[in-house]
Amino acid sequence: MLEIKDLHASIEDKKILNGINLVVNAGEVHAIMGPNGSGKSTLASVIAGKEEFEIKKGSLALDGEDLEELDPEERAHKGIFLSFQYPVEIPGVSVTNFMKTAINASRKARGLEDMPANQMLKLIREKSEMLEIDRKFLSRSLNEGFSGGEKKRNEIFQMAMLEPKLAILDETDSGLDIDALRIVANGVNKLRGKDNAIIVITHYQRLLEYIVPDFVHVLHDGKIVKSGNKELALELEEKGYDWIKQETVV
Amino acid sequence: MAYTEEELKKELETKEYEYGFYTDIESDTFPKGLNEGIVRAISKKKNEPEWMTEWRLEAFRVWEKLEEPEWANVHYEKPDFQAISYYSAPKSADPNKSLDEVDPDLLEMYRKLGISVDEQKRLQNVAVDIVVDSVSVATTFKKTLAEKGIIFMPISEAIQEYPELVKKYMGTVVPTTDNFYAALNSAVFTDGSFCYIPKGVRCPMELSTYFRINEGGTGQFERTLVIADESSYVSYLEGCTAPSRDENQLHAAVVELIALDNAEIKYSTVQNWYPGNSEGKGGVYNFVTKRGLCEKNAKISWTQVETGSAVTWKYPSCILKGDNSVGEFYSIAVTNNFQQADTGTKMIHLGKNTKSTIISKGISAGQSQNSYRGLVQVNSRAENARNFSQCDSLLMGNLCGAHTFPYIEAKNKSAQIEHEATTSKIGEDQIFYCNQRGIDTEKAIALIVNGFSKEVLNKLPMEFAVEAQKLLEISLEGSVG
Repeated sequence: MLEIKDLHASIEDKKILNGINLVVNAGEVHAIMGPNGSGKSTLASVIAGKEEFEIKKGSLALDGEDLEELDPEERAHKGIFLSFQYPVEIPGVSVTNFMKTAINASRKARGLEDMPANQMLKLIREKSEMLEIDRKFLSRSLNEGFSGGEKKRNEIFQMAMLEPKLAILDETDSGLDIDALRIVANGVNKLRGKDNAIIVITHYQRLLEYIVPDFVHVLHDGKIVKSGNKELALELEEKGYDWIKQETVV
Repeated sequence: MAYTEEELKKELETKEYEYGFYTDIESDTFPKGLNEGIVRAISKKKNEPEWMTEWRLEAFRVWEKLEEPEWANVHYEKPDFQAISYYSAPKSADPNKSLDEVDPDLLEMYRKLGISVDEQKRLQNVAVDIVVDSVSVATTFKKTLAEKGIIFMPISEAIQEYPELVKKYMGTVVPTTDNFYAALNSAVFTDGSFCYIPKGVRCPMELSTYFRINEGGTGQFERTLVIADESSYVSYLEGCTAPSRDENQLHAAVVELIALDNAEIKYSTVQNWYPGNSEGKGGVYNFVTKRGLCEKNAKISWTQVETGSAVTWKYPSCILKGDNSVGEFYSIAVTNNFQQADTGTKMIHLGKNTKSTIISKGISAGQSQNSYRGLVQVNSRAENARNFSQCDSLLMGNLCGAHTFPYIEAKNKSAQIEHEATTSKIGEDQIFYCNQRGIDTEKAIALIVNGFSKEVLNKLPMEFAVEAQKLLEISLEGSVG
């Protein structure tokens, strides 16, 4: 589904990604781990199409289609979703209104009419129940005054509403207490399917106890330095990132 | 490619004025210049009674002695008042005509503006008094309103038919001596609307006036007088658009509202006059005096959505004379390219237990300057006066400016006055967040701007909130290709 080849990217001439190779197939969950500053969030932003990052070399494609020339919204229409590490506030725009606008924008791109109101309401009810979200929450301004946990839960709610082909969860576990983590992880697990894929970016093994990955990759200095199965995450937890750093030096 | 702020700014700058067409109608226009003779001629043209002519002349003499105000945070080339023609009436206008007989060019113009009279008629809930340049050409719903005793007509007709009402109230809230532009308006106003709601009557529909400047080189001097008698209610909306013209056009209107005991007036404005081109050439000078007087337990709400004009100088105000009276001001002012706006309100608390609320939202883009200027004044006898003010500014790009000039004068210790202000910028992060959810940049800006303006948009009558929302989008976006 997603194919990244020898991807180099920089911001303001500062190299951040130095040759990433990654293939994600439908039905798979990949975890990307790594120390601070290793390029995890940059990788997420580059896949989503954030402008300030410049691709210097290499390629990235979704279902064989080159992504580089596509606007972020076009990538979203093709099914790429990013759960932000720091979701932004948009005062005066309710969660419901935002979702309505987003869903109808994607439908329009696919040549469909706006989703009928009753269908929209049904979808909202269904997905908010799944993530144990209070209905009152949905009429609040997007992310404004939300706690860290509420922001993250709202990101996963949006993911559930948009049903993306490829979801990238950027440090979704940060700011979540253990109960919220379990609810969010359960939600994500319900969204796992044979036709979609998920990339989980995290510092810690903890989230991976709930969202069990098929593959784990370790990122260091903008490169994937080690790949393995879920055991790799445990090993990392035990030995720390220094272990990887030392190994790469050797 | 995704939009950078730089590209966004360029896009905004190249946006053309939507209503920049010019309808070719034969006009009956006075020679340029202003003197007592012109004032008399206007009065004669309107078949006015002697007292009205005298009233105008008195105002003219006051105006001659006044100086143009210079304290506002706006810079422009001052109009040459002797180079303006003070009367322009479409020749085909005749208030007694049925709509079928109206000049098809005029109807075409309404159609372009999206306010076709036929359509308005079908809207049922909206009575429209349309003003093209200076003369009202069509008034609908007069009969329905007449059954309730409501008078809604061009002010020129009211002067003929209800001289005692006009005489009693005109100039009582905005005296001819009030300021330079109010004096000018008093001398040369050619038309406008008059509205009277009798005691205890709740006006069953929104009353609405569309103003429009058409003839090049003409000024427009509207005069509006709304009187809500005891325990009555009325909601009034004025909407404005103007065609694209090269020279600056002057607009100096006066609006007076009178809310007698227990009455309520809601006055909403959507203003979309030509703002000038992207280099700051042309555009309307909008120098308007709007003020309302509240008697006991009365309430006046001003709601305005201001997106047009090259220069705006406008402070819809409330004099809270009666005890327990309430004044409200809800405003959205959008400036783009080289537009300049200095707008706000004055809340004058005279009575006991008077309350006022000010919510002002300024949105600046391009190289525009957007200023909020507001006065909250509590008189020594105004026990327990309360005011809440909130001024929020939203900036787009790095070249525009937002300014806030709040003035507070409290002469009574029991006064409670609160003022809150925020300034924010539409961030690339916000736009990227929306993009990532599939929302393009144009829609994203509309969403963010509408969210920012929501508190004020919610105050508009339902029928117009949607239009206003569209207008905000048009003013800020243009078509992103």
